[in-house]
Amino acid sequence: MMSDESLLALVLALPFAGSLVVGFLPSNRHNLEAWLAGAIALAGLAIALALYPAVADGKAIRVAVEWLPTLGLDFTLRMDGFAWLFTVLVTGIGLLVVLYARYYMSPDDPVARFFAFLLGFMGAMLGIVLSGNLIQLVFFWELTSLSSFLLIGYWHHTAKARDGARMALTVTASGGLCLFVGVVIVGHIVGSYDLDRVLESGAAIRSHALYVPALVLILLGALTKSAQFPFHFWLPQAMAAPTPVSAYLHSATMVKAGVFLMVRLWPALGYTEAWFWIVGTAGLCTFVLGAYLAMFQQDLKGLLAYSTISHLGLITLLIGLDSPTGIVAAIFHMMNHATFKASLFMAAGIIDHETGTRDIRRLSGLLRLMPVTAGLAILAAASMAGVPLLNGFLSKEMFFAEAVAHHSSSAFDRVLPYLAALAAMFSVTYSLRFIHGAFFGPPPADLPRQPPPLPSWMAAPVALLVSACVLVGMFPAVTAGPFLDSAARGVLGAHIPTYSLAVWHGFNVPLLMSVVAMAGGALLYLALQRYLSSGIEGSPLLRRLDSQRIFDRIMIALTLRAGRIGLETAGTRRLQPQLRLILGVACAAALWPLLQLGMAAGPLAPSALDPALTLVWVVGAACAIAAAYQAKYHRFAALILTGGAGLVVCVTFAWLSAPDLALTQLLVEIVTTVLLLLGLRWLPKREEMVEADRHRTPRVLLRRAADLAIATVVGIGVAAIAYAVMTRPAPDSRASFFVERAYTEGGGTNVVNVILVDFRGFDTLGEIAVLGVVALTVYALLRRFRPAPDSIVSPEQQVRQNARAAAAGPRQPADALADSLLVPALVMRLLFPVIGMVAVYLFLRGHDLPGGGFVAGLTMSVAFILQYMAGGTRWVEARLIILPVRWIGVGLLLAALTGLGAWAFGYPFLTSHASHPTLPVVGKVPLASAILFDLGVFVLVVGATVLILIALAHQSIRTHRPTKPEPAPDHA
Amino acid sequence: MELVVAIGIGVLAGSGVWLLLRPRTFQVIIGLSLISYAVNLFIFGMGRLRTGVPPIIEPGTVGNIALHDDPLPQALVLTAIVIAFATTALFLVVLLAARGLTGTDHVDGRERDQT
Repeated sequence: MMSDESLLALVLALPFAGSLVVGFLPSNRHNLEAWLAGAIALAGLAIALALYPAVADGKAIRVAVEWLPTLGLDFTLRMDGFAWLFTVLVTGIGLLVVLYARYYMSPDDPVARFFAFLLGFMGAMLGIVLSGNLIQLVFFWELTSLSSFLLIGYWHHTAKARDGARMALTVTASGGLCLFVGVVIVGHIVGSYDLDRVLESGAAIRSHALYVPALVLILLGALTKSAQFPFHFWLPQAMAAPTPVSAYLHSATMVKAGVFLMVRLWPALGYTEAWFWIVGTAGLCTFVLGAYLAMFQQDLKGLLAYSTISHLGLITLLIGLDSPTGIVAAIFHMMNHATFKASLFMAAGIIDHETGTRDIRRLSGLLRLMPVTAGLAILAAASMAGVPLLNGFLSKEMFFAEAVAHHSSSAFDRVLPYLAALAAMFSVTYSLRFIHGAFFGPPPADLPRQPPPLPSWMAAPVALLVSACVLVGMFPAVTAGPFLDSAARGVLGAHIPTYSLAVWHGFNVPLLMSVVAMAGGALLYLALQRYLSSGIEGSPLLRRLDSQRIFDRIMIALTLRAGRIGLETAGTRRLQPQLRLILGVACAAALWPLLQLGMAAGPLAPSALDPALTLVWVVGAACAIAAAYQAKYHRFAALILTGGAGLVVCVTFAWLSAPDLALTQLLVEIVTTVLLLLGLRWLPKREEMVEADRHRTPRVLLRRAADLAIATVVGIGVAAIAYAVMTRPAPDSRASFFVERAYTEGGGTNVVNVILVDFRGFDTLGEIAVLGVVALTVYALLRRFRPAPDSIVSPEQQVRQNARAAAAGPRQPADALADSLLVPALVMRLLFPVIGMVAVYLFLRGHDLPGGGFVAGLTMSVAFILQYMAGGTRWVEARLIILPVRWIGVGLLLAALTGLGAWAFGYPFLTSHASHPTLPVVGKVPLASAILFDLGVFVLVVGATVLILIALAHQSIRTHRPTKPEPAPDHA
Repeated sequence: MELVVAIGIGVLAGSGVWLLLRPRTFQVIIGLSLISYAVNLFIFGMGRLRTGVPPIIEPGTVGNIALHDDPLPQALVLTAIVIAFATTALFLVVLLAARGLTGTDHVDGRERDQT
């Protein structure tokens, strides 16, 4: 038997796991996916029911896993009575929705995606209700926004679904961002994100100066999610979703998340004027406005959407009234609303599924055609209207009792009972309209299709939900009482108010209000007949105030207009302004602290000026400036000059006690130069551009002056900072750690190499992986390489050389090359084994003396490149089998396996072992497992470098073919 | 000596930044090379400049930091040199492919409209 804690974790994990599995199933296996999704929902429900004893009477289950405790980020699950109630609603109604969707979804729909999203949504929703950490709650909150976006946009081939999904995401996710900021502020006030700590700290939060901003931000999150005025407009647009989604999102889940959060945080944030006014006003406006708009909808789902908005307004209003009895009534109405609204959505879906329309103007007299659906829908709608003996009546009575009670001596309090009765009257009217419009009247005349027989199980979820409505409505104390009690205890603690769950409370004001609402609603429906049957879309008075259109206007202003301005100033179409911006910000960021704190040279006396090094640097600086000056028109010269600067850097490294760096720099310099030389051939000729560039407009000159200024500032700044740092004594760094342990623990005397292959071996592993990835990317990019039209023809020199070769006699063009490079080619060929030997030598001594895998690998690749230069691509590849991709793979595997080898001996990844065994003849040799790792580095570097270079070299052969029918010149 | 190296770093960085802001891709690639020289030297300089004390210790001993140059910036720079090579290679190929696709070697993939 699993413990309660692990069962709780399982409830949350199951839907996500199921979502993954279902998502990968073939999309035409309707039954399989539905069964799987149903089984997962059922398992969640069963576990939740089994956990009830652990949460009854105000107890709670907690699971906490520390993640980043110093930041207050823990993974905490917490289930009390209130969370339990929601878990049951989410999984229970989820189960019914899955069953319903099995019959509702058409065989053409890709249902694997549908059920995967639905399960993902269920998991996210469970994550919200079970979170014991506020940051975690926000995470799941945004996850519901994302997954509801996917669900609403499920039929993404229709524009309505896309627009509805986008609007829902924009509104709820921006609300989520506000919530996030609010939660961070609350965490700052309390000093913890833990929900229990936050709930205990209500007094501290309310008295804090940041209380109002935090409250407003959190409420923005909750009110957008629960579609409260003025953010209600996304909900009707979300009706473009498949009906099972609407039934799920707008009854038990998505929109309930907002009211859930308000109830959850009420003990910490409530009991204030600000709460009363913000929440109460939003709730009241939404309650009345939603009910008013619902009366005039022509679409069944649209009517239900606005009635959902209105009922959520009612719940919000109850929460806003700031009294414990209000909270209990709110929780009770959340339960009741979930049951009757889910069943009504499903009934609307059945009508749509059977008749092909949801338009009330076209529907009529369906009672005879579908008596079962009609009967169930009538009961559910009666519950929505608040007819006695149904659950909607009970919570509405509690609401009326709350509305007439005294809260504050304000005008709000005085008008509240009248507005409540008015909105209740509206709700009777729209419920009547739903029933009368769809089921009564003459037989339907212009249905898109005649109702086929209903799949027998399609009405089963509706029947279950409606029987729950009836049972709770008739025997509230037995059926819902204990659960409501434990949920109220979860929120309010031990001090729960006295309330009575009974059908009959005697003749009192709430009953009178109910009677007035019923009678008034029926009369209003009769009075509105003419207006409604005229077939006008929308309501009188408010038709012009279309919040959806306002939203669209704002979005266009934000995205298009602001976007255009943003593109002009910082767009990605032009690189140079962006780079200027980045450099400007970097300069400002560097200058800011300098201006604040000032800068001066350090206390150390600079070491003596060495004339030789000074001279070297005069050359180096000249090379750098000349390269900068020449790079536009004389690329070759610029390349050579850059190489000169690189050599000066290399000399500096050698001079200043860094032999390893000098070696690596030298070899990289060689390889880079060869690489760029290979690339030069594909760049455009510059002659014509030189001419065009003579006309320098003032604008160009100004731009250059600005760039020169930026470059000068950066140069002087970097030089000054470097000088200031280098004349200060070095702080106590980690260096002594490495120097002291290099031999005793790493088994090598070259500290730099020991750091690379042993102490920081993991970094090196990452680095060689990057190198391999880059090489493969280069290779992949060049496979599809198409040169620019003006670069396709052979270079002038090659053409001339081939012409001369052809004139000299019947020879292959390659012979000309062989002639011109005869002696150098021979030398290069002979050098191959020599350089190979040097590479092996550098590799073997690397652990103790300058050298190592990187240097040796680069050396080895130079040996290969020389062969390509000497003999040409074809000649080399006819004689040497080079498989650089395999070298890369082998190198990476070798390095990783060496690291894994440490596991076999019970050490962490990449722990190195060193010893110095004595071999006969050779003597004592250093042997560390790090040398295997270094071998991996070596092999990978060879593979990557050779792959890059020959991929580029191959272009010379390949791209000649389309233009020249005869064998292409052999040129690497 | 510090002054010479510092000025050298400054010249390399300044030349590199100038080229980085130029419109032709080849200029940018040369500029990035020069900047990476400057940055590598700068990081290397954080370990302070000393001659004749490479971080290679006597076998069988516990090393003493006073007798050796700081190995940590060196290890960092060694990695940086190799990665700079990889980015140069990648950038070169991207610029060649971009030139093949767009027909121009301007950094924006199209010639500037004016001038």
